[in-house]
Amino acid sequence: MTTPSLMVPPVRQSPLHKVGEWWDVRVDRYNAQPTYLKAIWAVLAMVFVYALPLLRLPIITTNQIDFGGVMFDCATFALVALGLNIVIGYAGLLDLGYIGFYATGAYVTGVLTSYHWQWPYFLSLPLAIIVTMITGVILGAPTLRVRGDYLAIVTLGFGEIIQKIANNVSWLGASAGIKNIAHPPSFGKQPNPPFEQGGAFAIPHLQWNGLVPSLDTTHETHVLVFGALDAIPYYWLILTVLILVIIGDRLVKASRVGRAWEATREDEDAAELMGVNTFKYKLMAFALGAAIGGLSGSLYASGQGGYINPQAFMLIYSMLYVAAVIVGGSGNRWGAILGGVIVAYLPDRFRQLGDYRYFIFGLALMVLSIWRPQGLLPPRRARRARAAEAQIDALEEGDVEVTDV
Amino acid sequence: MSDPRPAVLEVDNVTIKFGGLTALNEVTFDIREGEILGLIGPNGAGKTTCFNVMTGVYQATSGQVRFGGKPLGRMRRHKITQLGIARTFQNIRLFKSMSVLENVMVGADAHSRVGIFDALFRTPRHRRTEAEALARATDLLEVVGIKADHDELASNLSYGDQRRLEIARAMATGPKLLCLDEPAAGFNPAEKLKLMELIRKVRDEGYTVLLIEHDMRLVMGVTDRIVVLEFGQKIAEGTPAEIRDNPAVIAAYLGVDEDDAS
Repeated sequence: MTTPSLMVPPVRQSPLHKVGEWWDVRVDRYNAQPTYLKAIWAVLAMVFVYALPLLRLPIITTNQIDFGGVMFDCATFALVALGLNIVIGYAGLLDLGYIGFYATGAYVTGVLTSYHWQWPYFLSLPLAIIVTMITGVILGAPTLRVRGDYLAIVTLGFGEIIQKIANNVSWLGASAGIKNIAHPPSFGKQPNPPFEQGGAFAIPHLQWNGLVPSLDTTHETHVLVFGALDAIPYYWLILTVLILVIIGDRLVKASRVGRAWEATREDEDAAELMGVNTFKYKLMAFALGAAIGGLSGSLYASGQGGYINPQAFMLIYSMLYVAAVIVGGSGNRWGAILGGVIVAYLPDRFRQLGDYRYFIFGLALMVLSIWRPQGLLPPRRARRARAAEAQIDALEEGDVEVTDV
Repeated sequence: MSDPRPAVLEVDNVTIKFGGLTALNEVTFDIREGEILGLIGPNGAGKTTCFNVMTGVYQATSGQVRFGGKPLGRMRRHKITQLGIARTFQNIRLFKSMSVLENVMVGADAHSRVGIFDALFRTPRHRRTEAEALARATDLLEVVGIKADHDELASNLSYGDQRRLEIARAMATGPKLLCLDEPAAGFNPAEKLKLMELIRKVRDEGYTVLLIEHDMRLVMGVTDRIVVLEFGQKIAEGTPAEIRDNPAVIAAYLGVDEDDAS
């Protein structure tokens, strides 16, 4: 028999598990509602998320730096994390060079719309996606045939190589980067630099005096004007793209393609022997992930003041992207989005802490990997499986009363 | 042999060597349509190796495996499955964090032509295939008797039910030949009895079954014909009654008679 000191407490879960449970309850309540109510909630949530940079809510608003810009970063990171989640979360492929695809998308747009040609932005976007996807296929086709850690190493090298190429090839602007990248077309009155913003119409922001909101007419966002002055229209653009990608992600995940990805991740040999062409599906996940990386890179190139340089594509960002997916919950699209937002938002929010914020971020990652290795919002199945496992473990230790999960 | 039924699978002079070790040595037998063939032998006799060669996991060093007259050669594994050979695993290999139903649906997808564009645009083909796969998976869960647990995680099933789920998943690929690798391992006698019923039921549904099993009572009770391997060689082949009295087989099992073999 076990001595009392060795006994396991009855299925105790860390406080971080509460996040997942809280989310489950919300999802259940939402799903239990009739369709028209669900639609209303979805629209309300969307309106709120769209309006977030205008509302400038106390506490969450960053005061040191432009809040619109922070929200733009959050949306970009969320999009990237969503793409990487297909590769890591669904298909179980460790891609450590995702920044390479992001950079490819950004540079395709940079070269096409400014550095060598003068294409309009929305013509360069599909090309950026296609080029990145082809890059993904070229990189994945030889490496995905072999199992194990090769992919992680090859992608790591790829991310570094792309950055080095961008830094050294003068055709790509070398270390000076590319400026004056095209913006998407603005609607309404044409913006006249430097101060005339133009656009369809202007929406004033809110300002808060304690808990009392009032309109701030000195800060306005001009709708559908894409320029270097205001990041909020770009935020809206990326948010729209993000919503479209979420819908696509949902449709594909809930089909035989999603099942094939999951089966491959769970047991590649068994999947093959059940008739899944694992190589094809791994390559598909890899290329789709790459395409979404290219898409976000292209949006970033235009949105970040129309200026990119190789410093923006350091390998460390690849690690941040992987961290975003893992922190949020690999395999759950909402988890990945949450992770992306957290990784982008926290360093900006706590800018006053200076470099300590990276120390705190590292500490938070360690805490998370100890108490919540599956991320804040893992897929629901994984959550159920772990709860069951915890129960079984507790039972095997004996002498433990098990309560219902 | 003058069995009028056509051979589904022919193992023709197959030899497999791993370095200096000969795992299978010129083994020849065939499986005929609609029969339950038992493949038995002591531990390390090469039964699972034989399985692995049929399903494309290993390549034969020499010799040939033909399925429906077609040599499998270096065909890729998922192609072999699509051609009509499905298997279960000696050590259970389910997709653990997927639901029971999803596990079977992965099998049912084996012949699906639906691709990513069908999924994205929810084409009629996608809807039809998905509905068919769902119906098929539900039916098979019913056949093996775990339909009530369809929403459960595969890893949460009991050991016996996990084995049943493996059989359902393999059947979902629509095989002509179903290979069961020690399906009764770890079962108690009552469960073994149920499994025998299930295997017969599967055969009656029109599948050809290849059964690897240690439990002699089960093998004798359910198979039509038996092939015995020892040290990578085929030492006997025949009906259960013939095998029971075969001196070579009795010697291989160290004279232990089948009642105590389990």
